[in-house]
Order: sequence, then C-alpha cells, then structure tokens
Amino acid sequence: MGLGSDMYRQQILDHYKNPRNYGEMEDPDITHVGENPSCGDTIRMDIRLADDGETIEAVAFTGDGCAISMAAASMLSERLAGMTIEELQELDTDDVTEMLGVDISPMRVKCAVLGRQVAQDGVKIERGEIDVDRTKTED
Amino acid sequence: MELQEGYAFDVESVRADFPILNRRVGGDVTTPGEGPEDDTPLVYLDNAATTHTPDPVVDAIADYYRGYNANVHRGIHQLSQEASVAYEEAHDRVAEFIGAEGREEIVFTKNTTEAENLVAQAWGLRELGPEDSVVLTEMEHHSSLVTWQQVGKRTGADVRYITVQEDGTLDMDHAAECIDDSTAMVSAVHVSNALGTINPVRELADLAHDHDAYLFVDGAQSVPTRPVDVAELGADFLAFSAHKMCGPTGIGALYGREELLDAMEPFLYGGDMIRRVTYEETTWEDLPWKFEAGTPSIAQGIAFAAAVDYVDDVGMEHIRTHEDLLAAYAHDRLSEFDDVTVYGPPGDRRGGLVSFNVDGVHAHDLSSILNDHGVAVRAGDHCTQPLHDKLGVPATARASFYIYNTVEEVDALVEAIDEARQLFA
Ligand SMILES: Cc1ncc(COP(=O)(O)O)c(C=O)c1O
Repeated sequence: MGLGSDMYRQQILDHYKNPRNYGEMEDPDITHVGENPSCGDTIRMDIRLADDGETIEAVAFTGDGCAISMAAASMLSERLAGMTIEELQELDTDDVTEMLGVDISPMRVKCAVLGRQVAQDGVKIERGEIDVDRTKTED
Repeated sequence: MELQEGYAFDVESVRADFPILNRRVGGDVTTPGEGPEDDTPLVYLDNAATTHTPDPVVDAIADYYRGYNANVHRGIHQLSQEASVAYEEAHDRVAEFIGAEGREEIVFTKNTTEAENLVAQAWGLRELGPEDSVVLTEMEHHSSLVTWQQVGKRTGADVRYITVQEDGTLDMDHAAECIDDSTAMVSAVHVSNALGTINPVRELADLAHDHDAYLFVDGAQSVPTRPVDVAELGADFLAFSAHKMCGPTGIGALYGREELLDAMEPFLYGGDMIRRVTYEETTWEDLPWKFEAGTPSIAQGIAFAAAVDYVDDVGMEHIRTHEDLLAAYAHDRLSEFDDVTVYGPPGDRRGGLVSFNVDGVHAHDLSSILNDHGVAVRAGDHCTQPLHDKLGVPATARASFYIYNTVEEVDALVEAIDEARQLFA
C-alpha cells in the first residue's frame, strides 16, 4: 500500500496515544505556541536550558491535533534533551522525517514539522531575532 | 442494497464514460498519473470538491482545439465564426438547463466564487451603504461569506447570519427576524457543502422579496445534483461551477434576472465587453458579453454545455434519487458505529454527501488512512471555518457522491473507517 499506511506505524501511534513530556513546564526559559491554520493543529513547546544557557535540559509540550503533528512533537521533546540550541536551529525537515522513521506524504509535511518550527521560533524570539506572537505554518 | 429500483440509469454504463474511475493509486504522488507502484483501486468520494469528466466532455474540449480553435467575436474568418457560435450557444444551453429566459441571463465566469464576487463588486460596492443589511446563513461557503463580509466592511452595510440549528437546518424564525426592511440582499447556499443540508430557498426568496431584497443562491452543490429552476426557486441570482457537474475547471455561470444584470455596471473592463470606445467614453456590449471582458475560457465554455447535455441525458431526477440513496445508505452504515459522529440533518433533508468524525482520530489522519485504502474523501473545514468553529471541531471528513458511485464503494468507505477506528483504538 501507499505512503500513508506506513505513516501510521506502531511508533507513531504509540507516541500519539502516549505522548512523552506532555504538559506545561513551570518557568521555562523558552516558550512558544504555533499552529497549522488549515488543520487546526496547535502546539506549545516549553524549553528549559542548562546553566550554560546553551544546552537543552528538558522539553515539554502540549497541543491538539493530528497523530503526525502530536507524535512528531513527542519524539522531538525526547530528542532535544541534551542538544544545544544551535543544534536545534539546524534541524531541517529531513531530520524530522528521519526521526519519525516513515515517509510523510507531501500534504502532511507541515503537520510533521510544526513542533520543530515552534521550538526554533521560540529560540529566535528569545534571542530577539524575530517578533511573532504565534507561529503559523504556510499552507 | 439494490440501487436500481424506481429509477432508470445504469451506473455501470455511466462508469464506462469515466476512464479515471479505473485508476489505481497508492504510489508516488510527485509524478501525476498512474505509475507502477499504484496498486489499489480508486474509490472516489470527493465529488463535492470536483467531479470527474466523462469522455464526451473531454471530446468536446479536444474537438475544439483540434478542429476550430480561434478567438471568439473577433474574426470574420470561418474558424472564429464556428468558435463564436459554439461559445454563444453554450450560454443558451446552460440558460435552458436552469430555466433562465435566455443567454442574456447567463454570464460565464471562472467559477462560483467569481460569480459571487461579480455581483458583490458590480452591485454590492455601488449600491450598499450603512443603512443597508446583507443576510447570509451561518453555513455559507467562504466564497459568499468572505465576499459579503468584505463588502460590508467597505460599504458599512450590516452583515447578518441566519442561525444554523443543532440538527444542521436553518432557524427560519431567525431568518424572518434577520431579513427586514434594511435588507438589500440575501445570499444563501442551496445545498450545504459541509453539512449536506438542503435549505428552503423558496421560503428565503419570499422573505427577501417581501422586503424588496434580492436573493442570491449559491448553487454550487445543488445545480449538479438535482433539478434546479430559477423561477421555481425565486432566485434573482444563481451561481454554479461546471467542474462539479462533469464539466471542466475554469468555467462557471452567474444567472441574473435580465433587468438586474442590465442595470448593473460592468465588473471587468477590456476587450469583448464594449460596443464603442473613444478616448473619453465607452459604451457597453449587450448582455451577457458586458460582463465577459477579455478572451474567455472558450473550450471550457463549450464543454460546459457538453457537461449539461451529459447530466441532462442521465436525468437530473435520476441523479437526485441516486445521490439520496447513496447518502442515506452511508448515513445508516456510519450510524452503526457509536464513536462516529455524523453532522447535518437526517436523511430526507440532505443532499448526497456525509460529513463525519471518528472519536480520537483527527480528520486528516482519517483521510490519510482512507487514502491507503484507495478511498478519496476530503478532510478539513470545507471552506466553512466559522461553521466548524460553531461545531467545535477543526475539521471533518466528508464523503460526497455522484452519478458513478456505487453501494460497494460506500461499503469500501465504511470498511476503511472501521480499520482506522481499530488502528487508533
Ligand atoms: C457550496 C459551495 N459554494 C461555493 C463553492 C466554490 O466553488 P468554486 O471553487 O468552483 O468557485 C463550492 C465549492 O468549492 C461550494 O461547495
């Protein structure tokens, strides 16, 4: 069968049904919200940094949306711990699909990358590089 | 379930006119058309978005390009005359189809959306002011909702929305309150593309006319699926798109009562819509050409008439019966699952589409999984975001039927939904 069936492998369904690091963090160093207006997916990412101000110590997220966006955010929350914010900024779409371990059909890529985009924009806002209230993905 | 009872067209012979229905899907989507990896038979249930195009309509397009391609209204040469006659007669055919008086009342537009914008701009922006109101329904498609909302902002006219009730029908008491002496235009969707509701357009026409307001009917989903007669509906304007009724994209129609279109200023300026131009002044061409500036979609216009011939041949009454049966069957089968919510009114007051959600499964996930089974449905807000806000869901999945769909295809849909339920359980 096609791309889609692979999209719902056990790992994705598992992260969707049992999201990791789900919840809001108290006093995060970085916090940001974003949405896919066309799907209605919303994600909030909270990040706590280590004392060096560079290394990501912990990540939490909350949100509402499809299995792809939620599973991707859940996996990302695990993956980011221990990375530097520089490394976070370098994550691209391929890194996200690799992390998911499945082929994402073109129409669903924006679901998969929402969590990453929110985390990256959160860092940029913290650094004063951009000024947005809410990340919105393109259609 | 037996579909053939009580009406007389053979779905299998209709299907034979649509080679695309034999497509297999499932492979790489970056190269269009069937490829070696496509291995799953297509079950196409996204007809409210667009329908497929039967061979006679594809032939009409090919015949034009192969045999008499020329610009219209511009040449004395034979090809231009042939193209002009065919293009003009296409207006007559479409006029006859919806009970209009003649070609003067049929303007070819790009689609329903452009027809809505034409009236909003050519009439609304000029005629409306802060003392006026425009009345819409809460289930309007964005093509009418956004258009009149923006006209309201620019003219100061009050834009009011007739409430959609719990069961997906309009609150007609509220309609009677909304439509008052300030009302200049009522714009209502005939068959809702989101809920399937069939709205009481005749009653709305009477309410509008009692207050000297006009009624604009969005016929995008109704004209393709049932007999529509503008006089019976009491419509002053009616808009619809060819691509939802076996025709090509890029062409649609605005019906307007002749005296109204006559009184309206043009919407677009340019060639073809003028009679006499000096450096200072211009006089307009007759109806409907006054509203068709520039080289029109000629092949598409001609093919629009071929599409009308095609659906008329099948029979609009038969099409309605067929759609009703499929929608009722789908509605019944989906109601078997207690974790499936079906939106909109019950059987006898709905058109041939069913919108639904499965508890715990986002509509986009659902439609991805259905796609794995070759089942094409739409998932999203169906260009009715405010209505979805009201329903409290970001998205719904929608299966919509047309003349070539079968009971077996509804069964395939239900089976795929069942698998999605189990996957996410
Ligand atoms: C009820 C309704 N109105 C308007 C439209 C707009 O049609 P089009 O996109 O062809 O302009 C559609 C379909 O998309 C529709 O279903």
